[in-house]
Amino acid sequence: MKRIISFIATVLVVTGIMIFTSPGLVQDVRLGLDLKGGFEILYEAEPLAEGQEVTPESLQETAKSLQKRADAIGTTEPEITTEGSNRIRLKVPGVANEEEIRKTMKEPANLTFRSNDGCAEGEEFCKIELRGDDFVENAASIGVDGLNQPVVNIQVKDKAKFAEITQRLLGNQLAIYLDDTLLSAPTVQAVLTDGNAMITGSESREEAQQLRDTVNLGALPLKLTERYSQSVGATLGMESLNKTLQAGLIASAIILLFMVIIYRIPGLIASFALIVHTWLLILIFVLADFTLTLPGIAAFILGIGMAVDANIITFERIREEMRSGKSISSAVKAGGKSSFRTIIDSNVTTIIVAAVMFAFGTGSVKGFAIVLILEIIVSIATNVYFSRFLLNLLVKIGWASKPGQFGVKESEIRAL
Amino acid sequence: MRFENFDFVRLSRYFYMFSIALTVAGLIFLSVFNLNYGVDFRSGSNVDVTTEKTLTEAQLQPIVDGLDVGDQTTITPGSDRINIRFSDVLSEQQDAALKAGILQLDASASFEVNTVDPEMARELGRNAIYAVLLSCIGIIIYVSIRFEWRFAVAAIVALLHDAFVVVSVFSILRLEVDVTFIIAVLTIIGYSINDTIVIFDRIRENLRFAKIKKHSDLVDLVNKSVAQTFKRSIYTALTVLIAALLMLMMGGESIRMFSLAIVIGLLFGAYSSIFIASPLWLLLKGKNVNKPKAPKPSTSEV
Repeated sequence: MKRIISFIATVLVVTGIMIFTSPGLVQDVRLGLDLKGGFEILYEAEPLAEGQEVTPESLQETAKSLQKRADAIGTTEPEITTEGSNRIRLKVPGVANEEEIRKTMKEPANLTFRSNDGCAEGEEFCKIELRGDDFVENAASIGVDGLNQPVVNIQVKDKAKFAEITQRLLGNQLAIYLDDTLLSAPTVQAVLTDGNAMITGSESREEAQQLRDTVNLGALPLKLTERYSQSVGATLGMESLNKTLQAGLIASAIILLFMVIIYRIPGLIASFALIVHTWLLILIFVLADFTLTLPGIAAFILGIGMAVDANIITFERIREEMRSGKSISSAVKAGGKSSFRTIIDSNVTTIIVAAVMFAFGTGSVKGFAIVLILEIIVSIATNVYFSRFLLNLLVKIGWASKPGQFGVKESEIRAL
Repeated sequence: MRFENFDFVRLSRYFYMFSIALTVAGLIFLSVFNLNYGVDFRSGSNVDVTTEKTLTEAQLQPIVDGLDVGDQTTITPGSDRINIRFSDVLSEQQDAALKAGILQLDASASFEVNTVDPEMARELGRNAIYAVLLSCIGIIIYVSIRFEWRFAVAAIVALLHDAFVVVSVFSILRLEVDVTFIIAVLTIIGYSINDTIVIFDRIRENLRFAKIKKHSDLVDLVNKSVAQTFKRSIYTALTVLIAALLMLMMGGESIRMFSLAIVIGLLFGAYSSIFIASPLWLLLKGKNVNKPKAPKPSTSEV
């Protein structure tokens, strides 16, 4: 009686939790760009000046600047991550004005002040005296000069440094570049000690405003070039998601039906375990805040097929034991025991493959590998332990006591 | 169906020939035609457009010509989906101009644009090869520890065979190879090794209780082990195949090639585990039996 209660309670409680939480869980799954639309760009970072190196710090700094820009434009959930030693990956989901954002992200804000100091004959402004990150963030403002022309004022972080530069270059030109465009090349008239620099040469107020905004976007410490980009229209993503999910549901239904037809009562238990397995995976996805991509869904669906394997191995083994004449309870016991090692060996080898995929993959390959590894671990928990726990209960209760309930014919059973 | 007295080992000589023929054909095709690399490996831009109206090549050509991106452009129209491939990387302006042009023809058009530069493409390819080699090393180490080196060698041959067959089929049919293809091949390796290990596990178990006096005892043992796990092999392959086939038929354009690779890989994964891996292990192991052979030579030598 106690066993009957614990079996029914387990099934009811687990089913209840799944029904209760599933709608919310499914909504909380974070979808990748290929499913909800958006774009992804992989930038390669180079130092602004020759002879410099991209350091982890400068790469981080650049990523942070990009993040600020993305936030400033008002995109939802932009994802910016550094990759390797010189790459930054930018993901912006579900946007309509892609071009605008793409342009703003890369906007040349490599503001530099350059001089002729120590340059070879004929070479112009080869030495970079100040670069973007030497200026105070968001400090650019518009003013007018003595001739009532619009100018952009910017503040330098290190006053002493600026004083030194203006001292050294007194009477010489200090050119102001935005990227590789010369904005103006004023001659240093005095040693500036207050840390204020002025960019003149704007034709109009609009031009000056634009320049101010560009400078205020935050100068990027590194130069970025697009190496890879992918953009997916929102409708296209939706379509992929729906189609693949539909395929997945039908596939799952057929697989579950297959299990019940072939293995009867154990098949029913396997089906239940498989549903729990899928639910658990979604739960892990939501809790760990993983992003579900199209290959990820494919891994999910394939995983259902492969997770069935653990059940098939076990049930086939149990049937074999039964055919050799063992009683049901000892067949279940022996079958479970001898199949366990097989399941572990075969799954560990698959985990090795997945781990290598994770180590070597980029983007979608990594995502796929994570799903695969999780899938295997969850599969062992649900399709080996949980499934076996339920089957043992059933056998002990006496609800699975005939060979027919395992899909084994009496005639196949040999006498001991 | 019962396979208790089925001689898998005997049959395997024909399957060896089949596999060798397939491998040679694949090698020839690969060396002559190579693979039809997608944008992920070849660099350039790939544009997929989903439309409501059916657009023709004639309608699209002027737009593409207007972009001024060189003449290496292919337009593949479909009923509601068009693929345009540029061998050059589209600039942001060109990208915008193309979209604007197509949107004029069909306001509901939805785009998927992929751009990769040559260096990235090479890197992706290189990493894929490293990944395959490294997983092989990992598997060899694990299987050698848990089993013995002969099992490891046989398993690796079987899984490389499966991966290579899929690559060959894609080369022969000129199907496009992109990053998802690599994922598919790695998945196949994962599945193939999984399938092989289950059979090997049974061989190992049966070995423990067997008295091997002559070579034919080993043959019987392999046949028995394959027969015992045969139903499991078929059922598992079938369930995964159901999933892969449904994804192939219904899963949408973006994962079609992925699903196709998986389907091919699954079939060969199951096949090689039964007809290649186990007989191959026997071939390696067989030389170790020093007892005199039965008058009629055994069937394992191929």
